[in-house]
Amino acid sequence: MSTTLYDKIWNDHLVDQQDDGTALLFVDRHLVHEVTSPQAFEGLRNSNRKVRHPNLTLAVADHNVPTTDRTKGIADAESKIQVDTLESNCKEFGVQLFGMDDKRQGIVHIIGPEQGFTQPGTVIVCGDSHTATHGAFGSLAFGIGTSEVEHVLATQTLVQKKAKNFRINVNGQLPLGVTSKDVILQIIGKIGTAGGTGSVIEYAGDLIRSLSVEQRMTICNMTIEGGARAGLIAPDEKIFNYLKGKPMSPKGDNWEKALNYWNTLQTDADASFDQELSLNAGEILPMITWGTSPQDVITIDDKVPNPQSESDEDKKNSIERALKYMGLKPDMAAKDIKIDKVFIGSCTNGRIEDLREAAKILKDKKISSHVNAMVVPGSGLVKEQAEQEGLDKIFVNSGFEWREPGCSMCLAMNADKLKPEERCASTSNRNFEGRQGRGGRTHLVSPGMAAAAAISGSLDDVRKYQN
Amino acid sequence: MQKFNTLKSVPAYLPIVNIDTDMIIPKQFLKTIKRTGLGKNLFFEMRYDDQGKEISDFILNQNPYNGSKILIAGKNFGCGSSREHAPWALLDFGITCVISSSYADIFYSNCFKNGILPIILEEEKIKELSEYANRKEEISVDLNHEKIVYGNNEIKFDVDPFKKKCLLEGLDDIALSLKKSDKIENFETNLKNQKPWIFND
Repeated sequence: MSTTLYDKIWNDHLVDQQDDGTALLFVDRHLVHEVTSPQAFEGLRNSNRKVRHPNLTLAVADHNVPTTDRTKGIADAESKIQVDTLESNCKEFGVQLFGMDDKRQGIVHIIGPEQGFTQPGTVIVCGDSHTATHGAFGSLAFGIGTSEVEHVLATQTLVQKKAKNFRINVNGQLPLGVTSKDVILQIIGKIGTAGGTGSVIEYAGDLIRSLSVEQRMTICNMTIEGGARAGLIAPDEKIFNYLKGKPMSPKGDNWEKALNYWNTLQTDADASFDQELSLNAGEILPMITWGTSPQDVITIDDKVPNPQSESDEDKKNSIERALKYMGLKPDMAAKDIKIDKVFIGSCTNGRIEDLREAAKILKDKKISSHVNAMVVPGSGLVKEQAEQEGLDKIFVNSGFEWREPGCSMCLAMNADKLKPEERCASTSNRNFEGRQGRGGRTHLVSPGMAAAAAISGSLDDVRKYQN
Repeated sequence: MQKFNTLKSVPAYLPIVNIDTDMIIPKQFLKTIKRTGLGKNLFFEMRYDDQGKEISDFILNQNPYNGSKILIAGKNFGCGSSREHAPWALLDFGITCVISSSYADIFYSNCFKNGILPIILEEEKIKELSEYANRKEEISVDLNHEKIVYGNNEIKFDVDPFKKKCLLEGLDDIALSLKKSDKIENFETNLKNQKPWIFND
């Protein structure tokens, strides 16, 4: 029978299939961070259980870590307890941890690929919804809750039900200045934040195949914002080349064996999908979010919506609520939205290519005098690479702050946050109420668009700054 | 895990769609290393003003809704972050049943791990039930018979049989999975042969 890539990975990981449709799925790779793991380790301790495969588990602190000078440790007492707890749990249960002073430390979804821990055809989980990122490698990767983290630690398996197959085809070429961030924002705008609920999305089409590995990660990363737990892309030479020689990638004979298997990871030509959507890449423009849900997208040439032109009562109410929270007027032009802050970073856009994209726009320019801007590299290795290329100097010369790696203002669990009514152009993934700080207002954009906004002081069109 | 069987309460109605887990429990409360104590911070930003005082027109600050065990809400409830702190906060507040027309997958699954029953109903039925919330009348939820009783009416709902059994009996699903240790070991043995790179052997 013809099967999809998702079907193949699913079938390859079935430990047990119950009659009621519930299955026990083997987990090849488990990523752990400090926020969603303490209660799971505590659960193990209380039940006298061990971590079944510490060598399939990798831990890092990312959500709570300061992005300023770390030599003095963590000032916030609660954050410190959480990071220290992760450290002691990893020691007790024999799990490998990248500590705060390790240059490999960074956002969990950036370090997995960087180390070659993320591999095609694997099932990868983490107590974090943006685990979908790893689907860019042709793995089945999804976020889980803390009880499930405990379940995976104890059994290396997870109780799951099969999801539906949803394929999104993107064909054609992206216009200059338009990036994979704009593609995924466009997709979420089309399907809505619940559009993918109950499905695994496979991204296909010649545009997707033409994207670099890192650009693919940006697309898969925000799959959860469209409601689907996992998004994946069939692996190809780009993925294999990326992984070759990475510290945790297969070596020697195993590399050849792995490669043989990875080459089989494709959806069959005649496989059927429960749902399909096609987009023309040539029609996608630089996007921004105007509201408090990632589905609230418009192009930079558009205007903010007017609730009066909405007939559906629920939608009308939610537009009104979002406009009020965001402090915006109906029908105002996107380019008239003045910003106070710019954040470049996160598991969505904190990789080296993202920093290059922003730096290209910022080179020899200054950011607007009223804008506060910062770059938070996704990992110590991204930071090191950027510094080797001199990107840090471009950012600093333009007026950006150059920080230490972590999740930072994507969710504002550390000291980096918006004040009430502060407005931010952010390369992160969620513009929920209060996400970047109570009362803070977030506009999601690509790294190039964030750089353009920093220069102009308002949301602006990155195409203006293309050479 | 606490068992779930039947429940009777005046429901609280929160007519907002796409309530995300950041709204249910904001990040500043994720720094805890415990599962308990989050109830007072449930819906923190809607519930308290900048001075930390209760906002009186927020539903869960009003009597009798401050004691509601059932929450009725708009569609796509629990979207966004995977934080299990969201169901922990609901549970700690005393809410053990949520009724909506749809849920985000991770939140939905997290509920069952914590003795919370998330019920899916059509929008129309939700509107009907919300009238009971507005009138401060009790409704009853009966998981075993998969029905909600309100006034002289009842509505049937569907729940996955395995999840239902776990809720009714308060089962620890790690213990259940560990009963399949032989199967897990077999799988691992095959895996080591077929994909030796997974274990880095």
